Amino acid sequence: MASWRPDPSFYPSPRLAAKAPVETLAYVAAFDPERQKPDTIAVVDLDPGSPSYSRIVGQVEMPNIGDELHHFGWNACSSCLCPNAPHPHMERRYLIVPGLRSSRLHIIDTRPEPRQPKIVKVIEPEEIAERAGYSRLHTIHCGPEGIYVNALGNAEGKEPGGIFLIDPVSFDVMGQWEMERGPQKLAYDFWWHLGHDTMITSEWGTPDTFENGLVPEVLLGSKYGRRLHFWDLHKRKHVQEIDFGEEHQLVFELRPAHDPRKAYGFVGCVISLKDLSASIWTWYRDDGKWAVKKVIEIPAEPADPALLPPVLKGFGAVAPLVTDIDLSMDDRFLYVSCWGTGDMIQYDVSDPFKPVETGRVRIGGIVSRAGHPGSKNGKLNGGPQMVEISRDGKRIYFTNSLYGAIDPQFYPDGIDGWMVKLNAGENGGIRFDEKFFVDWPKGHRPHQVRLEGGDCSSDSYCYP
Amino acid sequence: MSPWLVLAGLGAFHGLNPAMGWLFAVALGLNRDSRRAMWLSLLPIALGHALSVAVVVALVVALGMVVDPHLLRLISGTLLILWAAWHMLYGHRHRVRVGMQTGLAGLGLWSFLMATSHGAGLMLVPVIIPLCLAATPARELTAAGSLPVSLAAIGLHMAAMLAVTAAIAAAVFEWLGVGILRRGWINLDALWIAALTATGLSLIL
Repeated sequence: MASWRPDPSFYPSPRLAAKAPVETLAYVAAFDPERQKPDTIAVVDLDPGSPSYSRIVGQVEMPNIGDELHHFGWNACSSCLCPNAPHPHMERRYLIVPGLRSSRLHIIDTRPEPRQPKIVKVIEPEEIAERAGYSRLHTIHCGPEGIYVNALGNAEGKEPGGIFLIDPVSFDVMGQWEMERGPQKLAYDFWWHLGHDTMITSEWGTPDTFENGLVPEVLLGSKYGRRLHFWDLHKRKHVQEIDFGEEHQLVFELRPAHDPRKAYGFVGCVISLKDLSASIWTWYRDDGKWAVKKVIEIPAEPADPALLPPVLKGFGAVAPLVTDIDLSMDDRFLYVSCWGTGDMIQYDVSDPFKPVETGRVRIGGIVSRAGHPGSKNGKLNGGPQMVEISRDGKRIYFTNSLYGAIDPQFYPDGIDGWMVKLNAGENGGIRFDEKFFVDWPKGHRPHQVRLEGGDCSSDSYCYP
Repeated sequence: MSPWLVLAGLGAFHGLNPAMGWLFAVALGLNRDSRRAMWLSLLPIALGHALSVAVVVALVVALGMVVDPHLLRLISGTLLILWAAWHMLYGHRHRVRVGMQTGLAGLGLWSFLMATSHGAGLMLVPVIIPLCLAATPARELTAAGSLPVSLAAIGLHMAAMLAVTAAIAAAVFEWLGVGILRRGWINLDALWIAALTATGLSLIL
């Protein structure tokens, strides 16, 4: 298992990672919303010179049905090179794939044949509940103490959700991460500033408030998550909580600056109860504490109620529903998925407090149903959702499904899966690659994308 | 080979390993954009390492005063081999206690913990014990006889370790850059495990 040199896909700094070779494969989680067939990890060909470009060239089926594969990650990444916890002689080889609904964890080997990954270990929910006290597994990050997995519920499926650790070699469940939880109860995403010994976690809700779809009363009562939590990454203690206020609901994806010297990052808030707008907030250090500032507000778009799903009819507007964001490796461009309106927006965030819009494309959308040159069917449903950026920042990939139980609340006539690609200009500007349109096979919907060798939300760095 | 040369050579071997501190010094220098931070970090790193070695040597000498030399060699040899085995099986499992915001005391603690968990002091046992024995006319382990010679041994080891740590840290910080890690960071842990095992065997056989 141990190698003689570090894995060639490990980079000490984001600056060096941005010079990585161009990716040729993507791994994409795909789930069956009907829970009749097993979910899969599909392998998509990203090499424009290949005859199977933009096609699914391999896949691995899960051994069970109804997992709802969600956000997955690698067993090891660039943080293995960190000086305080070095363990660089590992391979970036295994995908750690959690089932959000099943709480099952799959370890998938991408070697020796990257197009034919194989399941090598399955950790059952009972073992995770017993050893870590958690369920509803959501996000994976490789980090200083091994593989970190967060979970939205405790062993009984109630609050608190939290984080647990997996041994990166044996894949044994090592136990709960938190040593002092403080006031944190809800969980959604997590990531860290390795240069500032800080972990950040965000909030969605308890499993009973989302597993059958969003509950309007919970939302309108501002009972979904609306806070950020800051932790001491090494003491594993809660340090600070920031409440975004009653108006803001669903504080989701966390994108800290990749440069370990920078103590700021971006988080998306899905919806404002005041006007259905979505927002992006910057967290930053202010006088020895963490603080947040709303830096982008994306307004709802007025629409004919006849074209709106029941949940939005009364408002006569489409909510942008910012459900994922991603930050380029040079910390310059932030990509914002508006799953409701169908926009993918690119902002220049060189000044993290003054983002400037530099590009926008539209595809799908609750009302717009915008098309793509590569699709046979003119009107597309679903909208920009899980987004991933190549390490050099030149290519952006995204898919269109959010979550099995929520998809039909906003797209009642169903979602036909697709995956698309954008090309980004050197100084901003985005446009579709007309030759890249994955018309996802019926029966499954695509969710998170991971790029071969690493991408802009998989690795963290200890050197600037 | 002169035992003193071996002590210095082991100091250089320990200093060479990024996990023993030069890399941490470089990282702190880069993250704080400060040459001073890089150089200053070297001191607690060397002291933490020396302290870890001193604790192990003191324990072994103390043990040597109550058991006979043959048994002492057997115990320390077995310990070294067990340490190598543990390192091979669980060396990747870190409870990380010190991060990039650490002060000098934290860095010293980190170095102490790293040297201890890597068995740095144990590796010196076969060299230091004969030196301690030779220091008394009766060739026995005594506290009074062992103290000056052990201190000299640890001092020499630390000086060699510090010199190599400083040389590599400065070279990487000033000229080479951390890009060197991608190809240049060979698996010193594997060599380390081999060294622990070889030292253990040399004591037992």
